[in-house]
Amino acid sequence: MFKRLNLLAVPLVLLFLIVAPIGQGNYMIYSLSSWLIFVIAAMGLNLTLGYAGQISLAQASFMGIGAYTTALLTLAGWPWIIAMLIGVALCFVVGLLLGFPALKVKGHFLAFVTLAFNTLFFLVARNEDWLTGGTYGITGIKRPSLLLFATSKPLPFYYFTLFVFVIAALLLWGIVRSPWGRAFKALRENPIRAESLGLDTRRITLLAFAIGSAYGGLAGGLIAPLVQYIEPGSFALGHSLRLLLMVVVGGAGFFFGPLLGAAVVILLPEALRFTEGYYLIIYAAVVIALMIYCPTGLMGLGHRIRDKIWPNYQVRGDMKQGSQL
Amino acid sequence: MAQFFQVLLSGLSTGSIYALAAIGFVLVWQTAQTVNFAQGEFVMLPAFFVLAGVHVLGLPLWAALLLGLAMAIFVLGFLFKRIIVEPMSKTTGLPLIIATMALSILLKESTKQFYAAEAQPFPSLFPQTTFDIAGAVFSIQDGLNLLVSLAVVVALTLFLDRTKIGRSMQATAQNPGVAEILGIDIKRMTLYTFLINATLAALASFLISPIYLAKFSSGESLGLIAFIAAIVGGFNQIRGALAGGLLIGVLDNLTATYVTAQYRAAVPLILLVVIILFRPEGLLGTSEGRKV
Repeated sequence: MFKRLNLLAVPLVLLFLIVAPIGQGNYMIYSLSSWLIFVIAAMGLNLTLGYAGQISLAQASFMGIGAYTTALLTLAGWPWIIAMLIGVALCFVVGLLLGFPALKVKGHFLAFVTLAFNTLFFLVARNEDWLTGGTYGITGIKRPSLLLFATSKPLPFYYFTLFVFVIAALLLWGIVRSPWGRAFKALRENPIRAESLGLDTRRITLLAFAIGSAYGGLAGGLIAPLVQYIEPGSFALGHSLRLLLMVVVGGAGFFFGPLLGAAVVILLPEALRFTEGYYLIIYAAVVIALMIYCPTGLMGLGHRIRDKIWPNYQVRGDMKQGSQL
Repeated sequence: MAQFFQVLLSGLSTGSIYALAAIGFVLVWQTAQTVNFAQGEFVMLPAFFVLAGVHVLGLPLWAALLLGLAMAIFVLGFLFKRIIVEPMSKTTGLPLIIATMALSILLKESTKQFYAAEAQPFPSLFPQTTFDIAGAVFSIQDGLNLLVSLAVVVALTLFLDRTKIGRSMQATAQNPGVAEILGIDIKRMTLYTFLINATLAALASFLISPIYLAKFSSGESLGLIAFIAAIVGGFNQIRGALAGGLLIGVLDNLTATYVTAQYRAAVPLILLVVIILFRPEGLLGTSEGRKV
């Protein structure tokens, strides 16, 4: 049943994503593009956190690494696709290195190590102005043009983002289904048992970090041409916290969680704009209430409602614990 | 050399204020396994209660300080425990972490919306006079900040070690199950911990706001420093958090004066990473039985 529901949901979501920007103003299209980009970054974090259970507060810095790499290389005349791939590869390597502390420390301590990394990245981006332009940032980043498809207008850029998003989501879907994905879950559920079953937990932990970070890099490679201007403040710690919020509010460990979570974090403030100065206050209160009443996030809330309406419906019993991360 | 002592004293002074926030953080972590990401805002907010008392209600400063302390204990101690931490005690760490992050946004934005977005001058509690010793200029304010903070820490340590309630609180932190069997009201002890945390945050707020002004966003850096001080010193020790706070305060001032002002914020962070990797129990901490 769940499979059939999913098969129905995926084309519907895709259809929605294709239709959503049509007839909208430029600002709305811009917001939708930035939503998709943050979903990519949040999907990566969801892999590290939701599937492999390793908390990271450095995802924004990986967006930063991807964005700066892409911006600097495209300004030097390289094509976007190559610049972006180099950014992603760089994030993969740095993510691998950042994974090493995760081998030693867990939970809150890991959160602090990654948090420190994010702040250090911010300081370097702000202070090394020969490379990054310091607080003034980098302006005039060109949008990619792919043969006949120029993306300088908002709508083509949205579809370009959507295209990249779909490829990234398909890849992640493959990873989650693969033996690696199973190993990530095993690591989250019970690291000691995973190890005793012969899993190389060291390698799996590092991989979870590296792949998650690479998705951050990809998001960075898209945000640079979208905004066409980057500065250190866009990749500060606060944004890592927002990405974490997206993953947990959406539902950590659910494949479609980040899509919902990023919608709440990026689009809900837009929807609440009419309340003027109060919107962040309402938003924070809503998040606290959600965490108190439904710690598994919106996806968990959806499942709970479904269980009420449809009590006989049963997901595999052993999945329950996993979704309660 | 004169300059060195000057920098050292002001570092110790701000460091001891950081230590107050760090100690509250450690107490809450020990008894409730809660990492409070809003700790910086807990230090930011009480100053605004006092300012509201002075400017809106027209109270004299001493009455406003008492009011601020009482409000802080009620809102940041009692309500925080009752409304957010207690209902979530059954879930594992992450949702609670997210809830405290959201709480930090809530407190910050509410202060900005209902009081002011600009930095507010805060009346100094101590005389601003300075005096010279062998060419170095020391301010009375720095000296008294240090003395008051140290006195608070000593009083707190005595309370925890020498009184029945204090020892019951320690027992609750170490092993809630056994503590309950021994007849300790662990819920009440946990509540006391939150009230003490709020008190420490309020005191830190009253001492630091005259130096750095009261601003809605000042909690961001204060919270980070409190975490770092707690971890560097030792997450399960009060004197560890004290040492961590003093160390960060001094190091921060020395770096800014002698090495680099641009990267001064990086020094505590690098210290943090090194400590976590090579001595996760902190400088003065003892390794815990439970895995963290």
